[in-house]
Amino acid sequence: MGKVTGFKEYTREMPARRPVAERVLDYFEVYHPFAEEKVRVQGARCMDCGIPFCHTGCPVNNIIPDWNDLVYRDRWKDAIRVLHSTNNFPEFTGRICPAPCEAACVLGISEPPVTIKLIEKSIVDRAWEEGWIQPEIPETRTGKRIAVVGSGPSGLAAAQQLNRAGHDVTLFEKNDRIGGLLRYGIPDFKLEKRVLDRRLEQMMAEGVRFQTSAHVGGSIPAQDLRKEFDAVVLTGGAEAPRDLNVPGRELKGIYFAMQFLPQQNKVVAGDTIPDQIRATGKRVVIIGGGDTGADCLGTCHRHQAKSIHQFEIMPMPPLERSPSTPWPLWPLQLRTESAHEEGGKRDWALNTMKFTGDENGNVKQLHTIRVGPPPKFEAIPGTESVIEADLVLLALGFTGPVKQGMIEQLGVNLDARSNIATGADYMSSVPGVFAAGDMRRGQSLVVWAISEGRKAAVALDRYLMGSSTLS
Amino acid sequence: MSELYPFRGVPAAQGLYRPEHEHDACGIGFVANIEGRKSHDIVLKGIQILINLTHRGACGCDPQTGDGAGILIQIPHAFFEREAGSLGFSLPLPGEYGVGMVFLPVDTHDRLICEGIIEKIAREEGLSVLGWRDTPINGNTIGRLARASQPYIEQIFIRSGQGMDQDALERKLYVVRKRAETAIAETDLKEKDFFYIPSLSSRTIIYKGLLLAPQITDFYKELLDPDLTSALCLVHQRFSTNTFPSWKLAHPYRYICHNGEINTLRGNMNWMYARQSVLASPLFGADMKKLMPIITAGGSDSAMLDNAVEMLTLSGRTLPHVMSMLIPEAWDHDDTMPEDIKAFYEYHASLMEPWDGPAAVAFTDGRVIGAKLDRNGLRPGRFLVTNDGLVVLASEAGVLSIKPEEVRMKGRLAPGRIFIVDTEQKRLITDEEVKKQLAARQPYAQWLKENQITLDHLPSPTHVLSTNHETIRMRQRAFGYTDEDLKTILLPSALGGEEPVGSMGIDTPLACLSDKPQMLFSYFKQTFAQVTNPAIDSIREGLVMSLNSYIGSEGNILDETPKNCHTLKLRHPVISNWRLEKLRRVSWGNFLATSLPMLFRVEGGENQLEEAIETLCRRASLAIKSGYTLLILTDRGVDHEYAPIPSLLALSAVHNHLIREGTRNQVALIVESGEPREVMHFALLLGYGASAVNPYLAIETLEDLHKAGAFPPEYTWDKVFKSYMKSIDKGLLKTFSKMGISTLQSYQGAQIFETVGLNQSLVEKYFTGTSSRIEGIGIEVLAREAIMKHEFAMQPPHLSDTELRVGGEYQYRVRGERHLLNPTTVSKLQHAVRQEKFESFREFADIVNQQNRDLQMLRGMFEFKAAGPPIPLDQVEPAAEIVKRFATGAMSFGSISKEAHETLAIAMNRIGGKSNTGEGGEDEARFNPDSNGDLRRSAIKQVASARFGVTTNYLINADDLQIKIAQGAKPGEGGQLPGHKVDDVIARVRHSIPGVGLISPPPHHDIYSIEDLAQLIFDLKNVNPQARISVKLVAEVGVGTVAAGVAKAHADVILISGYDGGTGASPISSIRHAGIPWELGLSETQQVLVMNDLRSRVRVQVDGKLQTGRDVAIAALLGAEEFGFATTPLVTMGCIMMRKCHLNTCPVGIATQDPELRKKFAGKPEHVINFLFYVAEDLRLIMAQLGFRKVDEMIGRVDCLTQRVDVEHWKAKGIDLSSVLYNPPMPSHVGRRCTQAQDHGLYDSLDGKLIELASDAIERLTPLSLDLPIRNVHRTVGAMLSGRIARRHGSVGLPDDTIRIQFHGCAGQSFGAFLATGVTLTLEGEANDYVGKGLSGGRIVIYPPRNSHFVPEENILIGNVCLYGATSGEAFFNGMAGERFAVRNSGATAVVEGVGDHGCEYMTRGMVVVLGKTGRNFAAGMTGGIAFVLDQSGEFASECCNRVDVDLEPLVDVKDVETVHGLVARHSELTDSPQAKWILKHWDAMLPKFIKVFPHEYKRVLGIPRIPASVLAAQAGTMHAQGQVIRG
Repeated sequence: MGKVTGFKEYTREMPARRPVAERVLDYFEVYHPFAEEKVRVQGARCMDCGIPFCHTGCPVNNIIPDWNDLVYRDRWKDAIRVLHSTNNFPEFTGRICPAPCEAACVLGISEPPVTIKLIEKSIVDRAWEEGWIQPEIPETRTGKRIAVVGSGPSGLAAAQQLNRAGHDVTLFEKNDRIGGLLRYGIPDFKLEKRVLDRRLEQMMAEGVRFQTSAHVGGSIPAQDLRKEFDAVVLTGGAEAPRDLNVPGRELKGIYFAMQFLPQQNKVVAGDTIPDQIRATGKRVVIIGGGDTGADCLGTCHRHQAKSIHQFEIMPMPPLERSPSTPWPLWPLQLRTESAHEEGGKRDWALNTMKFTGDENGNVKQLHTIRVGPPPKFEAIPGTESVIEADLVLLALGFTGPVKQGMIEQLGVNLDARSNIATGADYMSSVPGVFAAGDMRRGQSLVVWAISEGRKAAVALDRYLMGSSTLS
Repeated sequence: MSELYPFRGVPAAQGLYRPEHEHDACGIGFVANIEGRKSHDIVLKGIQILINLTHRGACGCDPQTGDGAGILIQIPHAFFEREAGSLGFSLPLPGEYGVGMVFLPVDTHDRLICEGIIEKIAREEGLSVLGWRDTPINGNTIGRLARASQPYIEQIFIRSGQGMDQDALERKLYVVRKRAETAIAETDLKEKDFFYIPSLSSRTIIYKGLLLAPQITDFYKELLDPDLTSALCLVHQRFSTNTFPSWKLAHPYRYICHNGEINTLRGNMNWMYARQSVLASPLFGADMKKLMPIITAGGSDSAMLDNAVEMLTLSGRTLPHVMSMLIPEAWDHDDTMPEDIKAFYEYHASLMEPWDGPAAVAFTDGRVIGAKLDRNGLRPGRFLVTNDGLVVLASEAGVLSIKPEEVRMKGRLAPGRIFIVDTEQKRLITDEEVKKQLAARQPYAQWLKENQITLDHLPSPTHVLSTNHETIRMRQRAFGYTDEDLKTILLPSALGGEEPVGSMGIDTPLACLSDKPQMLFSYFKQTFAQVTNPAIDSIREGLVMSLNSYIGSEGNILDETPKNCHTLKLRHPVISNWRLEKLRRVSWGNFLATSLPMLFRVEGGENQLEEAIETLCRRASLAIKSGYTLLILTDRGVDHEYAPIPSLLALSAVHNHLIREGTRNQVALIVESGEPREVMHFALLLGYGASAVNPYLAIETLEDLHKAGAFPPEYTWDKVFKSYMKSIDKGLLKTFSKMGISTLQSYQGAQIFETVGLNQSLVEKYFTGTSSRIEGIGIEVLAREAIMKHEFAMQPPHLSDTELRVGGEYQYRVRGERHLLNPTTVSKLQHAVRQEKFESFREFADIVNQQNRDLQMLRGMFEFKAAGPPIPLDQVEPAAEIVKRFATGAMSFGSISKEAHETLAIAMNRIGGKSNTGEGGEDEARFNPDSNGDLRRSAIKQVASARFGVTTNYLINADDLQIKIAQGAKPGEGGQLPGHKVDDVIARVRHSIPGVGLISPPPHHDIYSIEDLAQLIFDLKNVNPQARISVKLVAEVGVGTVAAGVAKAHADVILISGYDGGTGASPISSIRHAGIPWELGLSETQQVLVMNDLRSRVRVQVDGKLQTGRDVAIAALLGAEEFGFATTPLVTMGCIMMRKCHLNTCPVGIATQDPELRKKFAGKPEHVINFLFYVAEDLRLIMAQLGFRKVDEMIGRVDCLTQRVDVEHWKAKGIDLSSVLYNPPMPSHVGRRCTQAQDHGLYDSLDGKLIELASDAIERLTPLSLDLPIRNVHRTVGAMLSGRIARRHGSVGLPDDTIRIQFHGCAGQSFGAFLATGVTLTLEGEANDYVGKGLSGGRIVIYPPRNSHFVPEENILIGNVCLYGATSGEAFFNGMAGERFAVRNSGATAVVEGVGDHGCEYMTRGMVVVLGKTGRNFAAGMTGGIAFVLDQSGEFASECCNRVDVDLEPLVDVKDVETVHGLVARHSELTDSPQAKWILKHWDAMLPKFIKVFPHEYKRVLGIPRIPASVLAAQAGTMHAQGQVIRG
């Protein structure tokens, strides 16, 4: 399997990112294309482990060694089949997944891990190009009707799987376009929306019905779904943002990241947004050091902000894997995304005490203080300072699904973390109502959302049919 | 005592014990006067031989009770005439009456009834009873156990009937005996078990019993009566694995005595049974049916062989004929054998499959006496003939003292050869003459030509079935193919032409515990040879192997007509679709084929399967009645309605049905199935009676893969197909050879498997005779599994899903099979030992224990039962004490890196446990502590088949010496270390050459049977009397019985390894399919040792994926005192179960020698220590809970285990572990753990005296010369002395010739074993097997007695397997050596004047000069060192040498010439060899006749190019290089 000594002969190589100066002028994906021959060499680095830790490191349990080997052997068409057997949307994960598989890669114990994510992306991109990815229309229909609420990655995965099992699936989306966070959360420079659109075309051709601007719990009473459908899957995400309740929070110019990012995506898609929040020429402060923060950062660069300051309350992580998170766990370590490469100042262990503004109520300063490590985050006296700001973006994560509307109407039970509680069968306290993705497990990765969507689909199929051929 | 455990005979089956697994082996011998002159002296000489073979026998728990001894002589007429007279009856002339030796009940009533029955039957058969005689015996002279079971022994005298000649009388006596046996067995006499007739004949009489050899004349007093005369005397000393008192199982039997084992017994028995229905002989006429069953059930392998010999002899064949038919030599690949002799063998091959296994059989009918050796030459047999016509043959030389000048010739039994003394013709008959006579009996060659065909002769079929991808995929799904089957089995097999190789052990559940539908094949486990017979090397010793078979209906084997060979000869049992079509359409002679479907309707559900099988059996019977001779069982035709019946089930059901019906031998069964694809599947189908298998789906799958471009461009379809077939053929041969079986014919139907997890009623009905000991699933679950696969097959496959299931057997996969070692457990354990937190380990242990409760391992089905109230934890013995019972597993330096190997050693030495060298030797630098106090020396030094680095100094630097008989991952197989792993250090430690690949032979060449093991234990104990000798066995059915034998062979420790042990490289079918879990093996061992009262003499160790305190607790309760860990410590050091050890690419620096990768090793001794202490702490928690203060209290307490009642699993719920938890009802004084030391009998060895005399020489290097007599009972001379020297001087030894000892006489086994530098042993006389075994620098010189008259170079001087594993030193032998001379030599220099077969096999270093003939297969597997052979006859290149691994070159290099000349001169000087002198005198003429045997590997390393084929061809004229000798 693979090339037995490949890992000794070849080093890890990733496609280069386009020059910063060039890429901040557009919203296209930041990576240069990568020659297929080079991808095959990267595939040869896979050691085909007896226990492929990547395979469980990956939330959808991608059978990584198998497709690494197939790529090495130039059998791309077989590779996409194996890849699709565990993952409906490798083109998404291949672009935006932080790749816990690579953190668990055995080669990573002592060498840079295999470029699993790159290989995944290469397989699926090639498959699209070659036209190998075609609608898979079920041979027979069960006559069962299923509503999936929320068209993020979890809802899409559930819908596609359930449709393939022969059920009639309708996907409800409150926004004007399908895709959830994929559409409006993730900037185009990480995931160009054509990638999403071609997948949606496939799903449509397979028979999945899309209902946009259909706000279940809002314009559509949730109980209607219960009446019209044999089962419902709730995949509405964890959209309630964590706020920063300090003095001055009410000032103008302070926004949640998810107020800021969707607008830009819509603009890229050709919409016109009156009064778009723009960073152009502004001194921007981004609070929160995660992926969303980085997305804000990249977007602000493209807006040509005057300065950008990004910080978080956590201490700076180590440059290498922290001993507290040994292999194969997801490592605590400093990550540098493409957006960080593009500029801005990063800081850690900084807490915001208050905002102050100008006479017009516009935010002008953040008053911060250094803090100690978690869980106490003790303020260190004498470290107070002031940061000038015209625009503050809060990227502090999410506290769970939005409760008003659908959740309240359906009366499903919540768990201790205020997500929808389900059993191992993904069914909520209300029979026939299932939940998956961030709505069930809380804010998480796209790859987890896909995994949840697939698992909920198996459970639902089994619930309706007694057994399931899905996996 | 209970019924289960009678006071006589072998007990009934109980717990995991099964009486049919008893083994024995022994010493055999005979003495005869060629002229047929009777004398009492012959009897006395026979007894003398017996006494001198005593060390080959054994005694059990009662030292006065032997395993059995006996002698067979001619009827001493004069003696009986005298005795009859005194009893008041008179005897007719010799030949007109028969004498029976009869064992009878002790109870008078029962005895009288038995006597009455015999008399009645004799009268009914037209004979008259002359009288009875009480055989005078003295019961006081024998052991307690023997006395308690002693029968009443009488002799009966029966007079011939009117007009009967002596042969007719013999036949009648046979009928009387058979009828009496049946009649008495049918009575309800309380003591009928006593009844047994050792002999009833007009020619021979047998005195035997449960005796030690020296007791025989005290017991049977008349043996010393001068009137008791005979011209021949056959003797036997038995070594049995058990200590159960059994008088019947002593040899000789009526015609034979046997040393060795018949491995194919189950098949031989079945086939003999099947043949019975058509047996007919004009000599017996209507009497024939009285003889049934021919094979008496419940006998030993030897007894059954005797039954067959008796039948065939009395129905008219001569004894030499019968023996050549039952135990044929390896003929089918022998190109040098004359055609008519080959035809003789081939003709008889169509009558009878070989009775295969290591065997030296001595036989007599009272007129001719002789001996025959198995095809492999695995037992010793030495003979001599004196000038006055005395012939002596025995397992050893020197059993009788004969004046040298009286000896006319000395010889040995060569592999497959026969040796006959005909006292009527008054002459010796050589093997050549016997064969010539036999070949001339009939025009066999012509018969074959006219009656036998091969498939090639059949017309080509008009078309062959073909299909498309969709159908193939549907079939793959229906037959349970996984992605892994394609990529792990089929692709590599077809690419490499051999079975794919893997590493580490199996950690998936047994088939009966798996959640997945399995194939029926997976419920079976291969059994393998260990100790009681050797595995064979099917590659290097391929000349004895054969895949030929003959199909066709079998006639009356008592006939000798052309009709008997009306057969179709198959060269390979696995056949293509094309060949199958030929068979399907056959129309030739009485060959006619029909196809019977192996399908069942899924609609009817699980009940349909049983019905379908019944229908299939009925149709088979009907087909036979209609005249069909080939039944093709086929599962083609799977569709929505029909699912396939598991092919093995269908086949075995029909096979057993036809055997019961008596029609089995009228048809051949051929399986056409989509199911079989790997070696194990084919082995099973053949082992359960298939004549041929057509794996159509495996072939289609490969075709499909080929079309899809899965093969490199140079692989044409033809190449792919042939390569796959070759891989199966090779795998089959290897599977046979694991059990010591050489031929497909004797493997067919031999059922060399056990099942784990099939219920008794299923097994009894369809797999009659196969072991299944823990119950399990029934036919309804098999049906369910078939239906599950069928349902999957009928679903339309998703485009975005894999077409087949992932499998996950060989590599972890989320949707695949469960693994004990998985991402969670591996990382949890690594984190725990690194973070040094017991709580983290507890989390790990909880996960593992939960996995086991979820049926990962069999032990998950146990539950503890407290022995008493819980006790406070602080009263439980401390962990620091417990860890001393822990050992790490045998992993060689070579298979794992220096860093990993030494880390384990340091860890174990720090805590007082024991690490194990593995089989790769150990660097002497590790014998002394490091400056920081750490010791890198492994406490356990392994002695494995290759003996790498096994020097005297290595042996004395050990606490345990472990003889590795088998390894869990690949029991019955050898190994290979590829040249690229042999760097400078490894080569130095292994005494080999850097870069040269190294082969470990499958067997130890000095252990072919149990008494050989005893000898090796004795050898090792001599070298290092302080070390414990441990013997490593692998769990399989019958391992308990083997362990009992090992205990009797004086092992101190017995290690039972589970089948799940790891490996650095093994064929993956072996990793998965051979052996069983230790839970079964350990428990059986404990039970059998306790039943034999041997448990108190040995410690028992267990290993096999032990991970937690619970695992250890269960092992202790089942009977283990010590515990081994291998895989788990590796994991603590960083192993992540890559399973790439065989590729040298281990990325964590453990299983690799790559310097770059070794740098990545990050393991520390602390990691291992933490783990072992955690396990001990974990165990302490359990002990406290169960109420045990010390581990000793737990051992063997099976009463503290029960089987869980809450298991609801659809398969596992049928399992019944009560046999595992069985506690033999023995009295409390019988120990259940080790409480006493073994008596190794070292005190009276000759070396004790030598050491005393040599103390000055050893201490002060004062030269010493001694002159001493020696006899064959002096074994292992020089080893203890050498051990002393090494202890004092290390491997340096003494200055050359410091100690010189001159012996006169015949040396016992292992003369000069492990002889150290500075010691020279010179022997005038001869020596037995294993001369210079492990030679470590010493010098051995042997020459015949100066006053002998025979020609040294034509006579045998030393026995088999000399210089085995020698590492340095010199040897000069003025005479011939036996088989396997210098096998695995890795450094010694030797000159010898002739060698038997397999000379210089596996040699890796050193030099051997042969000044005379060599046997066949010289230099097989030789990778290093050089041999020079003086080839005067010009046959060496073409007939003797195995040229696969060596080039043959002329001796031209000046340095070589000087070396050889120097050695010949030295040989002449030391031995006074006439041959050497002659050669030196004619040096110029002799020089061109020397051939240099130069291994390819060695050449490659030296950078010398191989001789191109064209040059070789040109040399052919001068060097007789005509083709290669390797066959098979």
